[in-house]
Order: sequence, then C-alpha cells, then structure tokens
Amino acid sequence: MSVKDNAVNLDKLQVKPEDFQKVGADEKQSEVIQRESLSAWRDAWERLRKNKLAMTSLSVLVLIVLASIVGPMLSPYDDRTNDLLSTNLPPSAEHWFGTDDLGRDMFVRTWMGARISLIIGLAAAMIDLMIGVIYGGIMGYFGGRVDEIMNKFSEILYSIPYLLVTILLLVVLEPSITTIIIALCVTGWINMSWIVRGEMLQLKNREFVLASRSMGAGAGRLLFRHLLPNAVGPIIVTLTLTVPSAIFSEAFLSFLGLGVQAPQASLGSMIESALTGWMYYPWRMLFPAGLISLIMLAFNLFGDGLRDALDPKLKK
Amino acid sequence: MVSSNNLIEVEGLKKYFNVGKNRVLKAVDNLNFYIREGETLGMVGESGCGKSTAGRTILRLYEPTAGSVRFNGTDIYKLSPSKMKAMRRDMQMIFQDPYASLNPRFTVSDIIGEALDIHNMAGSRAERKKRIEELLDLVGLNPDHATRYPHEFSGGQRQRIGIARALAVNPKFIICDEPISALDVSIQAQVVNLLKELQERLGLTYLFIAHDLSMVKHISDRVAVMYMGRMVELAESAELYANPIHPYTKMLLSAIPLPDPEVEANKKRIIMPGDQAGPIHDASGSKTGAYNLENATLIEVSKGHFVAEPYA
Amino acid sequence: MTRYLISKFFYMLLSLFILISATFFLMKAIPGNPFMSEKATSPEIQARLMEQYGLDKPVYVQYFKYLGDIASGDFGISMKKLNQSVTDIIGQTFTVSLKLGFVAIIVSIIVGLLLGMLAALYHRRLIDNVAMVLAIMGIAVPSFVLASLIQFFFAQQLGWFNVMGFDGPMDYVLPVAALSASPIAFIARLTRSSMLEVLHADYIKTAKAKGLKSITIMFKHVVRNAILPVVTYVGPMTANIITGSVVIERIFGIGGIGKVFVDSITTRDYTMIMGVTIFYGILLMVARFITDIAYGFIDPRIKLTGGKEG
Repeated sequence: MSVKDNAVNLDKLQVKPEDFQKVGADEKQSEVIQRESLSAWRDAWERLRKNKLAMTSLSVLVLIVLASIVGPMLSPYDDRTNDLLSTNLPPSAEHWFGTDDLGRDMFVRTWMGARISLIIGLAAAMIDLMIGVIYGGIMGYFGGRVDEIMNKFSEILYSIPYLLVTILLLVVLEPSITTIIIALCVTGWINMSWIVRGEMLQLKNREFVLASRSMGAGAGRLLFRHLLPNAVGPIIVTLTLTVPSAIFSEAFLSFLGLGVQAPQASLGSMIESALTGWMYYPWRMLFPAGLISLIMLAFNLFGDGLRDALDPKLKK
Repeated sequence: MVSSNNLIEVEGLKKYFNVGKNRVLKAVDNLNFYIREGETLGMVGESGCGKSTAGRTILRLYEPTAGSVRFNGTDIYKLSPSKMKAMRRDMQMIFQDPYASLNPRFTVSDIIGEALDIHNMAGSRAERKKRIEELLDLVGLNPDHATRYPHEFSGGQRQRIGIARALAVNPKFIICDEPISALDVSIQAQVVNLLKELQERLGLTYLFIAHDLSMVKHISDRVAVMYMGRMVELAESAELYANPIHPYTKMLLSAIPLPDPEVEANKKRIIMPGDQAGPIHDASGSKTGAYNLENATLIEVSKGHFVAEPYA
Repeated sequence: MTRYLISKFFYMLLSLFILISATFFLMKAIPGNPFMSEKATSPEIQARLMEQYGLDKPVYVQYFKYLGDIASGDFGISMKKLNQSVTDIIGQTFTVSLKLGFVAIIVSIIVGLLLGMLAALYHRRLIDNVAMVLAIMGIAVPSFVLASLIQFFFAQQLGWFNVMGFDGPMDYVLPVAALSASPIAFIARLTRSSMLEVLHADYIKTAKAKGLKSITIMFKHVVRNAILPVVTYVGPMTANIITGSVVIERIFGIGGIGKVFVDSITTRDYTMIMGVTIFYGILLMVARFITDIAYGFIDPRIKLTGGKEG
C-alpha cells in the first residue's frame, strides 16, 4: 500500500476545537520532591563529614582534650612533687615521658600543661566571642552613625600592636591564668566584632529580612531568628581559629617570663624552661612542643574544613 | 473587578539618599498616583529608575523623605508602630530574587507561618498547619512541601512560596517587585497566570513593578512609566502601547524585540536627549546636561492619559 | 588619594600617641618604686635616685616631660644598666636584629611567592599538595618549636652549622629559616589562592582567545593581579618577624634587640621596657602604614574616591 492511500484527507476531517480536551500536566504531581529533606545545617555537616582531614583533626582534638582531663589521673605521680634524686631522667617504664629538672614526672606535667593551655585558649576565645558578637552586632544592626563611631574606635584600638599591649598589661598586672586571659582578650575581640558586623550589614538588606519586616516582625524576632542564625557560620569558623592563636600567644608570653608562673605550667612555659640545654634532655622539650604543635595544627585544619563546609559558594 | 474606590493614594512621595559629601541620590522624586481597588497598576522603567525603591517606600520599609501614602484614606506614615503593624496585614510584597527572599534556615512551614505567628492568626498548631496547607494549595504546591527547605525547590517554586507567604495575612494590596525577572521564560508565564488567578479569586489589588514591557502589558490595567525617580507617563495599558507620547516611553517600547524579522530590521532606536547623567544631584540641585525633570508635572493629554511636561 | 594617605598618617600618629601614653601610665601604675628591690639601697639613696630620674614630681609633670623627651629621641637611662642610655642600647642591638629581620623578609617574600605560584600552576599535582602541607605546618607549628628542631638536627647532630652565634653568613641560615617559615606559609597560601582565582578568570580566557602567548599573559595579567593580596600582608608579616625574633635570638644566641627586650622584662627595667616597646610600636605602625600606602596605589577604589566608602 502506498503512503497516499493511508493519508488522511484533512479537508474531510472535520476537527473542531471542542473536540479537544485539555489534559494538561498535573502540576501537583510534578512538584513532588523525591529526596529526603535536609536542613542547611545537615547539609553542611554532611560536607564536613566527607572532609577526612577535618574529621581526623576533630578526633585528634577530642582525644587531646580527653587525655588532658584523664591523663594525669593515670599516673601515680602528680605534677608538683619534686624528687631531686630523679632529675632529668629519660622516658622509661617508670616515667613515661621522663622527668624534668626538679624530678617531676613529665607525663603528668605535660597533660596538666595541655589542660592549662587549652583552658586559656578556650576562655580567651569565648570572651572574645561574647564581646565581639555584642559589639559587632550593635554596629551591624544599627548601622549609620552608631556604626561609624564604634568602628572608628575599634580601628584605632586595632592599630596599636596588640602583643605589646598584652605584654605591658602583664608587666603591670603580674601574670596569672586570669590576668593572662584578660590581657589576651583586650584587643582580641576586635576581629570577631568585624566578622559579626560584616555579616549583619550584609544580611540586613537581604530580601528575606525585608520580607519579615514587611510582615511586621520586631527587632527581637529579626535578630534572633533571622540575622544571628545566618551569621553563625563565619562566627564559628573565626572562633575555631582564635583558639590556636591564643594558645600560641600564651606560649610566646612564656618566653618573656610573662606566661603561666611556676609551679603551674602551660605547654608554652614548659617549652621555655626546657629550652636551655634541651639537647641534652630532648624529651623535656619534645613532648610539650610536639603536643602544642599538634593542637595548633588540628585546630587550624579543622577550622579550614569547617569554613569549606559552611561556605555557600561550594553549594551545588 | 476594578472598583471606583481608590485603595492606594500616593502624593508627593520622595525618597532621597545621602551618598558621600553633599551628594544626594533622588531615588524617588515626587510621585503622585492612585490605584483603584481590584486594579493592577504596572510600573515600568529601566534598572535604577527608582521603581523598587518606590515599592519599598510605599510599604514603609524605608521612611520617606517627604509625601504621603494613603491606604483607604489613612496616611500610613503617620501611624504609630502598633497601628503600623496591624496595617501590614493589608499590604504585602513579593520579591524579585527567589533565592534571597526566603530564609535558608527556615522550613517552608516556618516561612509561611511566620506571618501567622506575628499576627496571632492561628489558634492552635493544627489550625496553623491547616492554614499553611491551604495556602500551599492555593499557589499550586504540594502540602508535604511544608517541611522542606528553600534550597530544595526550583526558582519558580520558591516564588510560589513567596506568594503564599504574602497571602498568609489576607492582604488587600500586594506590591509585586519584579517577581518574574529572575525566572526562566517558561516559568514566568506560569507565575503571572497564578497572580492573575489569585487576583480574581481573592479580589487583590496589585502594583506590578517590572522592566519587561510585554509581560506588564499582559497583566496590568494601567501602566506608569518611571524615569530617574519620576513618573513621565501614565495611561491605560492598551492606550500606552498604542499611543506612547513621552520620548522615554517610545524609547522603551522601541527596544522591545518583536517576533517579526521585517519589522525588526526596519525599526529605528530612539535615544533620549542628553541621556548621560543619572539621578544624582550635587548640593545646588542641578544635574548636568540631561533632560531636566525638575518641575515637570503630569498633564492629562487625553482621557486617563497623562504625560510629563514638556512633552505633553 | 592624598586625603586617604593623610588620614592614614594621622591615625598612625594617633595610635602611636595612645601607645606611648598607655605605656607611660601602665608603668606608673606599678606599685612601689623601681629601686625598692635593689639590695642595699638606703632610703636616702632611693630618694636621690628618684630625684635623678624625676620620679618625685607629680605624674602629669612626668608625663609631659616624658612626651617631650621622646619627641627629641631621648628615652632615658636604663634602670638596670645605669650607665647606658636606652637609645644607645637600642641602637647597638638593633642593627643585628635588622640584618636578621631584613634577610628573613626577603627570603619569605621570594620563597613564598615562588611556592605559591608553583602550587597554583601545578594545581592539584604533587607540587601543589606538598606545598600546601608545608604551608599548613608553617602556620601551625610555632616558630620556636621549629627553631629548636632545626637547631638540633642541622647544628648539633649533623654539625653543618654553629649551634649559636651570629658571626658569618652561615650563621644566618638557621635563624632565617626558622623566622621565615610562617610568613612563607602565609604568602604561599595567599599567592596560590589569588593566582588560582586569576587563572580561571574570564579575562584570562579572553586573553588566551585573543591569541596572546602564555608567557605574556603570565606576566602582564596573572602575576600582577595575583601579587596584590600579598602586599596587604606586609604589616602582619613584620609583626610576625618581630615577635619571632624575640625567641629565635634567644635560641641561637644572637645579641639583638629581642634579647634586650626579654631581659628588660625579666629584670623589670622599666625605662628599657618602655623604650623598646615604643620602638617596636613605631616599627609596626610604620610597616602598617606602608601597607596602607601600597593598598592605596593598588586598589582603584581608593585611588578614585579617596578611600571614603558610602
């Protein structure tokens, strides 16, 4: 049969618009989402989990924190007792990390030192956080003149080399754990306040904030339900990177004799006291030095990973 | 159905911004118009002509530099904070960017429900849930979308969520600030049709801000043309497109590509005289060169058709 | 642009003034007088010393005298080394630190830039990964730890260098290495990320499409833009090297101003502390000012608008 025979004669075919019925696409059906729901946080957490380096660093940090709490209890020695007959002994079954120049057990001393270094680092970071969030939040939320004046103030403060100020303060106040933390915080909060300010200024003008305002949302609701939760990302990342910086600063202060004072010890002060002639008793230096390096490395790597996980630019 | 009652009356509205020393950005400069109940007024102009600022100022998201906006006779700028909050139930906005207009950390239920929470419109949890599902249904979305997060939706769907949010408080007037500019062309039609449908069903009044002239014509009863913070022409839709008078309107219209290659090839583009300076003035109030709109008032050239001097 | 520079200069002076005043008042806040701890100083001798140092006058008088002295470059006499002026001591020891620091800065910039550029050009290959690992370690591992380690291995164990001392060019190697580790790491990371950004930018693709040779593209576009962020690091880098030198000088037995600083703090030699603090302060603020100047030239927004953002 030829094609022509089968061809339909269109003229004979009387098709009217009424003959057609609109089937349409079922809109509701097409809107069904197959995947499981994930909040923005869970999304970030998943990304973080895939970052092996960051997760390893996190585990290392957790282990170190646990060890600093539990470690000293595992040894029969304490960190204060001098045993002048057993000075400068290398690591052995008796003294797992050896002893120092006053015969104190290095294992216990090292983990106590870690405890103190971590406490100082975390405390300083937390205080920086509180002051920074409040100061930066006010600057960012109100903007305008308030922001201008407050910013001028922190700019001037920032341009004074903060390490020098910290040193001077400690010379005056005489170093102790409390004064060290205070001295470290004196200008440390400025960085955090700028991060918070930046986030606030950016978020303030986003359309979802405007939308809430147009519905009549008050300042409280805007701040606590919209602005702050969306600013949390960079805040946490900054926090994670402030801690190692504080620990490092404390170690540095120890080198000036302004760190934690004997008989207490931080990792930094232990390194400092071990410095002279350390090559004869390397364990006195290597354990605290190794530990402090590990802590700082882990915080930095974890902070980097956290930043990558929270960065919306990487979102597909 | 357009009634003869003016729902919105804008008089002498100005919004100026200070940029640097002695420089003022006159984003909105003396707007005067009304919108009747049930009507859609389209507002067109190029980017930067002040239409978005106008929309936000009318909604009192910005405080005006001068002028008044009356909603059913009440000047909203004179309201106390608590009265203003109540007024916000009557006036809502749909935003341009479907990605930035929804809080990424809120679920759809939170986003739509926020309005209900602020104004205590839902008695119990069950009531709230029901209302949210109603709204989702109204805009053509699935009710189990309520527990999901914005990033799981497409642009068109997010825009619908934004519409549902605006409808939650039962507003009478909605400002649509370029609601389709960020969407794919095929989705644009869907959203515009949805808006029209809702207008009929719920008796809404729209101020439709856009720069896509063909789309504006489709949805608006009357159209206003904005240029550098001022209105230069205002007429019924069909009339404006058929008989544009102001050179700027003509320029805008001449830029619309028409789906007819012969017409396109023979089209002549019209350029505005002295069109370099933007709406930034120095302290003395004079702009350099350009078409000076300073004292241009709207003159009624034919019934319902207004044009700014000196082109009237 | 001039307005920008003048305002930055003004702020520098203001900060310096605040630092000087803060230093002064903090030192004054220490109870007692500096001579109390000296053995065998009878009250009469103490009183005479107080008079000699002008410490018996009211505080505000001392303050203005102090400001005046500093303006003329007189930082007073060291309280512990009673026959030497602070300025002399600083002058003698600073040259040593300056040499060390200067070499460290040059090395940091050159090695850092090279490392960063290589890492960017061979993105994701071995060189990149190795470089980034080194960089992370350079940032995280404290300089004194690194210094001790390299001293141990290369000086003591292998005997390639003197353990301490600062006599010949060989003595520069270890201290400079320890000092520049951290800055190299920072610069390498900065350079790498800005180069990666630039390399993938559209205008580079345009240049390639236009037919420019790779080398031309490299030098005219990529390198110039990629180096920008590094310029802003000059300020922090100087601070880094100054603080590092304090410790490094001690570890390697280098008699520079760092050692003087440490000693003055341990012995509570207040005039010395004040002098060195202010001296360091000036160095750091000048370094930051230089960064601001460089920024002013590079960032076109500042060039055109004078630095005032809306």
